[in-house]
Amino acid sequence: MPKVGVLALQGDFEAHRRALERAGAEAVEVRTAEELNGVEGLVIPGGESSTMLKLIEEMNLLEPLREFGRERPIFGTCAGAILLAREVTNPPQPALGLVDIAVQRNAYGRQLDSRIVRLTPEAPLPPGDLEAVFIRAPIIRRVGEGASVLARYNGDPVLVEHGRHLVSTFHPELTGDPRVHQLFLDKIGK
Amino acid sequence: MFLDEQFRLKVGLAEMLKGGVIMDVTNAEQAQIAEKAGAAAVMALERVPADIRKEGGVARMAPVTKIREIMRAVSIPVMAKARIGHFMEARILEALEVDYIDESEVLTPADEEHHIEKRSYRVPFVCGARNLGEALRRIAEGAAMIRTKGEAGSGNIVEAVRHIRTIVKEMKQLTVLGKEELVAEAKKLQAPLELVQNVAEHGKLPVPNFSAGGIATPADAALVMQLGAEAVFVGSGIFKSSDPETRARAIVKAATYYNDPAKLLEASEDLGMAMPGLDVTRLHETELLQTRGW
Repeated sequence: MPKVGVLALQGDFEAHRRALERAGAEAVEVRTAEELNGVEGLVIPGGESSTMLKLIEEMNLLEPLREFGRERPIFGTCAGAILLAREVTNPPQPALGLVDIAVQRNAYGRQLDSRIVRLTPEAPLPPGDLEAVFIRAPIIRRVGEGASVLARYNGDPVLVEHGRHLVSTFHPELTGDPRVHQLFLDKIGK
Repeated sequence: MFLDEQFRLKVGLAEMLKGGVIMDVTNAEQAQIAEKAGAAAVMALERVPADIRKEGGVARMAPVTKIREIMRAVSIPVMAKARIGHFMEARILEALEVDYIDESEVLTPADEEHHIEKRSYRVPFVCGARNLGEALRRIAEGAAMIRTKGEAGSGNIVEAVRHIRTIVKEMKQLTVLGKEELVAEAKKLQAPLELVQNVAEHGKLPVPNFSAGGIATPADAALVMQLGAEAVFVGSGIFKSSDPETRARAIVKAATYYNDPAKLLEASEDLGMAMPGLDVTRLHETELLQTRGW
């Protein structure tokens, strides 16, 4: 059973822990560089990316996270996708730069523009409608050449794979469908 | 109710705020200080609770222009307070598109018998509670987040501790009761049986449970998190202290590292003066904010 960390600085890390367990992993909360050492993959959850970034900077986690991402897979949802991106706008903010995408924060609007939709995922995700929960979600405005789009909503990429990393602008952890987390677990140990 | 898509979206935003600090602000400048310090959201209001307490008078929803100014100034979610039972202040806040409405005992109640019927709104609500029955009544009305009331503007953590301990204890007790006992317990709690059964099954509220009312230091924030709160609201504690920016940053850190005394020690260094505190036992009953609502 793979041991996966969930970055628990702020956000819905508990929902991710449960989702990882449903998908067949052992999940632990990670708040320090030392705690990164013991895990094979990492989830950066949804939440407020600006809050997480403040804590990452203050606790000197930027380099340890980049180093982790050079060897092991990271899955970022919503705020996590923003933190993994190469470029962030609205407003601009620094990020880990591990996934070659440009992300616009809060691109759908405010909470009243949050929504639940059904997506048609592409391989390697198993077929069948995928329920996607978008909460004050960002939009991926550019996808680099090395990255591939696994699902779109309104034509915009919402699930993107780049090498060992995975990002989604929606929240698979808030549904009972384990497919996206399983896809991430498949990347561990490869 | 919990499978309803709209309700899931409301609870979803509350999930995103977990482990964070929601800070009271009265203008755009304070909102930016809060955001820069790492606030997960800000709460727009006309006066912080300590000033409401001092100045008296009727405390209402913040002026719309102020709230809009705050919404423009920051990229994090903006909440705003409406008076208990004032369903038209709430409709105006919804039209303004705030991200969350706090139907709050800190403002002067508009209705002494009825809380807002919250299910018919698209915008999510958070409500205060002192015990499990109160929390479940608010959830039944449609609240997607509960916060313990504490005693706002007191700078005294004792009431927040009492309320979180009460709710956690009452939830634990439900988990060991038999099915027929839950019916009797629902009657005692004055809460719908369906919600009582849900808590008995899961051992926790069906919506996130945050803490508010009296948090003034990083240690206070860590204390309520240890007791079971999933995030904290800080009202007067930040902008009534001598160095709001530093204190705000420290409380953000404490909400994350509530289980790490060495990091809490770091967060507690050189903060300047905390807000002045009040002895809650010396407040006259009519001065208590927590007894507003039911």
